[in-house]
Amino acid sequence: MEHIELLFKSIFIDNMVFATFLGMCSYLAVSKKVSTAVGLGAAVIFVLAITVPLNWVLDQYLLQPGALSWLGEEYADYDLSFLSFIMFIATIATMVQLVEIIVEKFSPSLYNSLGIFLPLIAVNCAILGGSLFMQSREIQSLGLAVTYGVGSGIGWFLAILAIAAIREKIRYSNVPPALRGLGITFIITGLMAIGFMSFGGMLTGGAGNDKGDTIPQVAIEKIKAEVEAIKDNSKNE
Amino acid sequence: MGLFKDSNLVTDPLTDTNPVTIQVLGICSALAITAELEASIVMAIAVLFVLGAGNVVISLMRNIIPSKIRIIVQLIVVAALVIIVDLVLKAFAYQLSKTLSVFVGLIITNCIIMGRFEAFALANKPWRSFLDGIGNALGYGVILVIVGFFRELLGSGTLLGFKVLGDPIEKTGAYAYGYENNGFMLLAPMALITLGIIIWVQRSKNEALIEEN
Repeated sequence: MEHIELLFKSIFIDNMVFATFLGMCSYLAVSKKVSTAVGLGAAVIFVLAITVPLNWVLDQYLLQPGALSWLGEEYADYDLSFLSFIMFIATIATMVQLVEIIVEKFSPSLYNSLGIFLPLIAVNCAILGGSLFMQSREIQSLGLAVTYGVGSGIGWFLAILAIAAIREKIRYSNVPPALRGLGITFIITGLMAIGFMSFGGMLTGGAGNDKGDTIPQVAIEKIKAEVEAIKDNSKNE
Repeated sequence: MGLFKDSNLVTDPLTDTNPVTIQVLGICSALAITAELEASIVMAIAVLFVLGAGNVVISLMRNIIPSKIRIIVQLIVVAALVIIVDLVLKAFAYQLSKTLSVFVGLIITNCIIMGRFEAFALANKPWRSFLDGIGNALGYGVILVIVGFFRELLGSGTLLGFKVLGDPIEKTGAYAYGYENNGFMLLAPMALITLGIIIWVQRSKNEALIEEN
């Protein structure tokens, strides 16, 4: 259930393109034709599904405060989280390179359809963004990290597929000259993002209840602390 | 005059070769953090530092970087500079670094930076690369500030946190005449539409920039 919820959330509610604007550059540059958009989208799903869990492992056992405790007691209070940018980007760049080599070796047909997009992907902010959001949202387990990576990838794939289809159609429309190309693409993406906002309500059944519970909980804790403080004061007196 | 002969490297990216509206680079961060003017300005300064310094570093190393692994070398240089920015922000403006969250890290994959490294710094001398970096970062910053200005002004009626349109709760200033904030401006989609309108205005003024449909 947890997995389905996270998958749904990462595809629709926190859609990479429409909610966080990640991977916009290649989204705009490679969305002129549906066939190339599909190739790039598939490559993004593929790479996200590999790099997010890999970076999760790195984060968990190397970078987080206290992550090095498996080395021994004296390493327990090391905090290497300031290195996460450089570690994540190095992992992504090498993984992309590795995947390219492996795909070329074992599946030339897949390489022909994916290959040219793979080098582009190392500098696609959606990939690094996936890892950084995975870190800041504190994904709990390796399985969930895989789900999150695949889900974000599918969300990005859907977005680029949709915009490519619209752009193929819009070629035959009478767009104001100054808006042609980039301008109209931005405005359409904005309208699509408004549409995607409607997914936001779909999971709030659970999330709303959570919020309702946590706020009074905090208040209760505060009151308890105050009562304790008063008790202590009266004892001292 | 030797110092000024390359001044077009700085001024061109502000308008006719603007990295955001013409070259379509660095869109992600231009959209995501522009709900407040302050965040936009800080982001612009951060990119100015990273791009200026990065262009010089890459330009100094341009003859010793093997072309096969240049992407990784470039990424490492940017990542190191971004870590500096991130730590400085965390030390001196903690609240702001929370607002920018992962988008400081995403300067690494900001396509403007890689784009300028590839297109300019790898082929030019350090001083020219520096000017090019500054120019492109300023062109990026200008768009960021314009978008941030309109989104904060129309969305929450403030500029840099000052209530320039009066107080919405006590009904002073413009609010006394029935003006309301458009909360929608603070949400993600309006950033895209604002940028679309900026492009529209720019291309209407300069018809040479109009694209094929």
